[in-house]
Amino acid sequence: MEHHQSKSFPISHVIGFVVSLVLTFAAAGIALKTNLSFKVIMWIIGSLAVIQAGMQLFMFMHLREGEHGKTNLINMIYAVFMVIVIVVGSIWVLTSGHASH
Amino acid sequence: MGIKWDEFFITGDPLILGSQIAILLTMIGAVAGITYLKKWKYLWTEWLTTVDHKKIGIMYIISAVLMFFRGGMDGLLMKAQTSRPEMEFLNSQHYNEIFTTHGVIMILFMAMPFLIGLMNVVIPLQIGARDVAFPQLNALSFWLFFSGAMLFNISFVIGGSPDAGWTSYFPLAGKEFSPGIGNNYYAVALQIAGIGTLMTGINFIVTILKMRTKGMTLMKMPMFTWTTFVTSILIVAAFPIFTVALALMTFDRLYGTHFFTVSGGGMDMLWANLFWLWGHPEVYIVALPAFGIFSEVIATFSRKSLFGYKSMVFSILGIALLSMVVWVHHFYTMGSGPAVNSFFSITTMAIAIPTGVKMFNWLFTMRKGRIKITSAMLWALAFVPCFVIGGVTGVMLAMGAADYQYHNTLFLVAHFHYVLIPGVVFAVFAGLYYWWPKMFGFMLNEKLGKWHFWLFVIGFNVTFMPMFFLGLNGAVRRAYTYSAESGFAPLFMLSAIGSIVLAAGFAVFCYNIYWSIRYADRNISSDPWDARTLEWSTASPVQFYNFAKLPEVKSLDPFWHMKKKNEGLTLHDSEIEEIHMPSNSWLPIYMGVIFGIAGFFLVFEWHIAAAVAGIGIFAGLIIRSFDYNEGFHVSKEEIHRIENAWRKTEGEVHDHVS
Ligand code: HEM
Ligand SMILES: [Cu+2]
Repeated sequence: MEHHQSKSFPISHVIGFVVSLVLTFAAAGIALKTNLSFKVIMWIIGSLAVIQAGMQLFMFMHLREGEHGKTNLINMIYAVFMVIVIVVGSIWVLTSGHASH
Repeated sequence: MGIKWDEFFITGDPLILGSQIAILLTMIGAVAGITYLKKWKYLWTEWLTTVDHKKIGIMYIISAVLMFFRGGMDGLLMKAQTSRPEMEFLNSQHYNEIFTTHGVIMILFMAMPFLIGLMNVVIPLQIGARDVAFPQLNALSFWLFFSGAMLFNISFVIGGSPDAGWTSYFPLAGKEFSPGIGNNYYAVALQIAGIGTLMTGINFIVTILKMRTKGMTLMKMPMFTWTTFVTSILIVAAFPIFTVALALMTFDRLYGTHFFTVSGGGMDMLWANLFWLWGHPEVYIVALPAFGIFSEVIATFSRKSLFGYKSMVFSILGIALLSMVVWVHHFYTMGSGPAVNSFFSITTMAIAIPTGVKMFNWLFTMRKGRIKITSAMLWALAFVPCFVIGGVTGVMLAMGAADYQYHNTLFLVAHFHYVLIPGVVFAVFAGLYYWWPKMFGFMLNEKLGKWHFWLFVIGFNVTFMPMFFLGLNGAVRRAYTYSAESGFAPLFMLSAIGSIVLAAGFAVFCYNIYWSIRYADRNISSDPWDARTLEWSTASPVQFYNFAKLPEVKSLDPFWHMKKKNEGLTLHDSEIEEIHMPSNSWLPIYMGVIFGIAGFFLVFEWHIAAAVAGIGIFAGLIIRSFDYNEGFHVSKEEIHRIENAWRKTEGEVHDHVS
């Protein structure tokens, strides 16, 4: 059962962690400390979120260790489905009809 | 920190004072009893630190039965309060607290752990494995669930219960309108239990994908394994949404953020949206394994293999997929507009299709079967018509436009009890009667089982059928009283009487457990029902390593075919090999305790104390990271001894095959 992986220093995890922090604080800074319009802020922090999600996929989720092609494909389809349901679905539900007023 | 000690214990209500005294006495009694019997060491090594999936399952089930008692008491109190117009048994605040704790406890601390308990006991056995993929994580899941459940349960005597409904909608659940600490219990306790559930989901996905025995392809898995697998996927999909929503709620309540508040740019509807994005899949998380249990029970006692296995699998997958895209049907009346409401009406009604397929599959399984009416089978038989009532009223509610009439009435309450009680409670009872001999080596009494069944089913229908009509007549839910002029009194009275019958059924069930522990025949075969799946091919109660030799599967219903062809039932000495098993660990229970303490401080908003306890959590994580315990090996001699003890006569197990 046991097979130990190589115990080299997890450098990509550390970089991923730091970059995540930077992107998060950047988003917070833009939202709290700038005078941009609401719309612009939403677009910028939304984009930062997407960038961060993509980055984490590569840094943390072993996406590059391509032995399990089929598994990865299923996981990606699943993730895209969940994002569409949760994010797009929520935005649609919360902004249509008189819920938005 | 400004602790208000006078508000710490809830005082001034005789009911609650009574409970406080009862809890204290029970605790003293338990500690004294265990000390007197010198059972502490046994308890610690055999149960509290165990990583054995069967024992963990049993602990889940015991907790669930206790929680059923607590939730059922809440239900009875509500029924007593509404039995007559203008009753003054519970005041409005108390009623609010009780329906809130009732809803949360029944769904999260009764239904979930009951099913997860049965999954724990049965799944590794059904797939011919020796444990789940991550045994210690499994123990951690249990202790986090238990910790969350206990934290939630003490709320009514210490600090005050949450009172904003099991849905805890904002703005009511926010600090502005619920300034007390009661709703902190909701945010924190459910978070802790939820982490445990999420890990269970991951654990069972990996277990089912990676640990199946030789020859068991996905399409040869028993139906309960299939439903557990899909439920686990749903858990992993849905629970993180709840985790995030609860975290945001905690921030709003404890640290002054404005995610869901009305003031400060928050959006109260976002809570409802996130809650039901988790909440609807959640009802399928509890329903699917229940369907699996019925499939096993119906196939076994009809003595036929399940009709339409493939269509069963595809309808489970269809239900799971659809269940992610129906959540808005819980809040049509918040006004998302016609396009949204129409879309979600259609997806909701579509769920009836795969569910209908399953219904017919069960009926066709019974057709021309030689049906044996055991207690387990009775629950499955009663499930079919009762659940259809729940389903049909569900389709009525699914229509957005019509829902404006039914919404928030007792019609809805009757509907979801007609889904949850037949769909989950009947199922766990069926499962318990069915797998009890596997867990403990003796059966539950069938005669008492039938009393239990009839009282419970009749009581259930008498309790909830009137609620449909009350709701159609305009009785709203979550209302602690009503006027005599409303004309509701007779039906409410009938419903209250029904709940007493229901409670009598539950009492017989408890008595049955007691009776069977004391008097039931211990001398039963390992396959008393003449069943079809692998869990019945090993000893009862199951030896800790499950299988001396991992079975090999060639078809569906593998054990049935092994018995028919007389293959693979015996064990030769030469086949015995050493078995590698995981060691016990104190860490899971430690994590449960420390999470409970940290959570408790957080509920009371004692932030420094909570941070200190948080260090304890990190300490546990670090210790675990440096834990290199590789488990132990069971010697051939020991396996030989254990196997000989139950395989006294060769092939005893196929006694009943005809
Ligand atoms: C065993 C007998 C039971 C009785 C007598 C009972 C009774 C009740 C009553 C009277 C209400 C409140 C109605 C109102 O809104 O005024 C209620 C609500 C509820 N029940 Fe039950 N119930 C029982 C079992 C269950 C079970 C097994 C479940 C779930 C698995 C469940 C889940 C709920 C939920 C989620 C609510 C809604 C709570 C809320 O409004 O926030 N109940 N029940
Ligand atoms: Cu729903």
